[in-house]
Amino acid sequence: MFDPVALPFIFAALMGVSILLYVVLDGFDLGVGLLFPFADEDERDRMIASIGPFWDANETWLVLAIGLLLVAFPVAHGDILTALYLPVAVMLIGLILRGVAFEFRAKAPLGHKKPWDVAFWAGSLMTALSQGFMLGMYVMGLEWTWAKVGFATLTAGALAVAYSFIGAGWVILKTDGALQRKAVDWAKGGIWGIVLGMGAVSAATPLVSQRIFDKWFSFPEVALLAPLPLVSGGLVVALWYVLRRLPMEEDRLAWFPFVGATALMVLGFCGMAYSFYPYIVPEQMTIWEAASSTEALSIILVGTLFVLPVILGYTVLAYFIFRGKATKLSYD
Amino acid sequence: MDTLLLSRIQFAANISFHILFPTITIALGWVLLFFKVRFNRTKDRKWMDLYMFWVKVFALSFAMGVVSGITMSFQFGTNWPGFMETVGNVAGPLLAYEVLTAFFLEAVFLGIMLFGASRVPGWLHTMATTLVAFGTTMSAFWILVLNSWMHTPAGYELVDGVVVATDWWAIIFNPSMPYRLVHMLLASGLTVAFLIAGLSAYRWLRGDRAPAVATGLRVGVMLGAVLIPIQILAGDMHGLNTLEHQPQKVAAMEGNWETQSHVPLLLFALPNEETRSNSFEIGIPSLASVILKHDPAGVVPGLNDFVAEDGTVMHPPVAPVFWSFRVMVGIGMAMLVVAWAGVYLMWRRGADALPRPYLWGLTGMSFAGWGATLAGWYTTEIGRQPWLVQGVLTVKEAVGDIASGMVLSTLIAYLAVYAVLLAAYIGVIFHLARRGGVLYEPVASPGMQPVTRAGVHPAE
Repeated sequence: MFDPVALPFIFAALMGVSILLYVVLDGFDLGVGLLFPFADEDERDRMIASIGPFWDANETWLVLAIGLLLVAFPVAHGDILTALYLPVAVMLIGLILRGVAFEFRAKAPLGHKKPWDVAFWAGSLMTALSQGFMLGMYVMGLEWTWAKVGFATLTAGALAVAYSFIGAGWVILKTDGALQRKAVDWAKGGIWGIVLGMGAVSAATPLVSQRIFDKWFSFPEVALLAPLPLVSGGLVVALWYVLRRLPMEEDRLAWFPFVGATALMVLGFCGMAYSFYPYIVPEQMTIWEAASSTEALSIILVGTLFVLPVILGYTVLAYFIFRGKATKLSYD
Repeated sequence: MDTLLLSRIQFAANISFHILFPTITIALGWVLLFFKVRFNRTKDRKWMDLYMFWVKVFALSFAMGVVSGITMSFQFGTNWPGFMETVGNVAGPLLAYEVLTAFFLEAVFLGIMLFGASRVPGWLHTMATTLVAFGTTMSAFWILVLNSWMHTPAGYELVDGVVVATDWWAIIFNPSMPYRLVHMLLASGLTVAFLIAGLSAYRWLRGDRAPAVATGLRVGVMLGAVLIPIQILAGDMHGLNTLEHQPQKVAAMEGNWETQSHVPLLLFALPNEETRSNSFEIGIPSLASVILKHDPAGVVPGLNDFVAEDGTVMHPPVAPVFWSFRVMVGIGMAMLVVAWAGVYLMWRRGADALPRPYLWGLTGMSFAGWGATLAGWYTTEIGRQPWLVQGVLTVKEAVGDIASGMVLSTLIAYLAVYAVLLAAYIGVIFHLARRGGVLYEPVASPGMQPVTRAGVHPAE
């Protein structure tokens, strides 16, 4: 048996890590999908090849995150998902379209490839927008008023742009030549969306909640937390500086846009996690109020502690096997 | 229509669509491993051809299964919040273990299995194939554990209306789990057997004389012929297990209203819930008693035992259970006849001289496994009504409070997407069969290639 006070915290942390991994990993998959209309057919094949071996495992982090919400915080799970009924449905249909289009575009009769490319893009867009919308609604306390829906619409667009940015970073890392140069341009365009999106969420959260405002702007918190926005700002400047000089000789710094985008997402996520802790349903239900029985959490934790390192291990193995520039996918 | 009914239809649509694809991938993973090992042993190219063809079907089916499975995990929360709130302490860990032990395993090694053959040593590729097959089976195991527990809950106690686990061994090995798991794994094997036989027959009829086609025919028919009698036996044992733990379901399957002896086996009947009797029936006297009790005078429970004093009906709707059971058994019998006839014909004439009508018959039964599997699931799941978790939670208590218009709109959207995808899936599978499994995209890597040899070989 584990400590009944620590357990919900551990599970909240595990869920947070899963969500973060999902947002970064499937974020670049979705971003690649969002960038599809800007690429020609051959480039699309290479973009698909760069994510083909990974996307399925990447999406599994979403299953784990929602699974942890479901199993560790069943009451919150029901509350959050029924409040977000429609955007969840849009996301699911988007994930369906995106996921099957991978397969169909390669296996369908010749003339059918184009429609499946459209489905791949549309599915990625529906997924990104609905996730951004849900993020916005969550920040706003899951209330359906015009102002809050308006804010959520803004975060929907911002998250889609952020995904495109990290997707472009991934394409820069995994390709070369004309496609890589194109991806640098996409990234340059996307960086403004990131600034806007992170800015909007950072500005709105303390304004809707006095509690969160106090958490950030009282002393000494404000000093301790200062590195978060400062490092983010520095990263944006560095990204802009590097992007203007890419591609470089011998592919130097081609990794930086992707890593920089990942770091930005991690920072933004930490800020949000700090704001909302200890609530799982904003301002209504804490992680302790929503948690399952200690007994059930213990039995999951044992398995998780044992299995998670193994999962991380073979995930790293997969990325290692498919390291380097993406080549055309083949079954041989 | 009310939210409860719409939510039920939506969940039924989602889970029906979903189960089609795991039913293929669970067994196909092992069949792929068989092809791969045969190739490693014999170095005969036809085995690699078979692997290359069916790995594409596997990849497509897997993707369909993954995306429709994610939909399910969200629907627990969006439509059935009462489920996790009441039984989350049991269902949660089981689902978590599925994700942790199976989902990631399959998903990560699938990438290596599909695209890694030229990047990793042969043994690692074979291992990846093994782990994917193992992962799909583990996934089936955990889901069947949870599903069986919903039918025959054990190892728990109710504290303030919430289920608390008391004995995990009893929860996992709950009374119906072994039977249900075996029944489902065999169903998957049969589905794949008939799919392989059917598509191979189709390729043969189209004039494709690649060695892999005749071998595929043989593998499919033989697998089907071996599995179907085992499945009939396992199904019978599963039925006896259900009689013990959920007699109201068996009563509905048999269309038996009164508890009595000498119950006939009804071949056809029109169960009528208004009159609480069958409007019309054709049956074989006493045979249901013989099957269920191994005695013509055996007493079989009737539906009228499951009506509460106040008239509340606590048994499932009779006609859907009665009929889906007959559809399942009917398809199973057809499988038995077709598979054994195939073995006989192959023994007399060889796999390359099967009569065309027989081959058309096999082609027509390519997706027969789907029909039987769905009918079987409808029998057991509708047969669980009105309970969500037998004796613990009714479906009505678990449904979420969502505007019915909203559920209706998402239901229509799901149905439209599923209809298009199902048509596309079947279309692409037959398209692959016509192309001998070769994709249009040029294959870049040197070495073992399907391109040079796999095109359609003209008939002699």
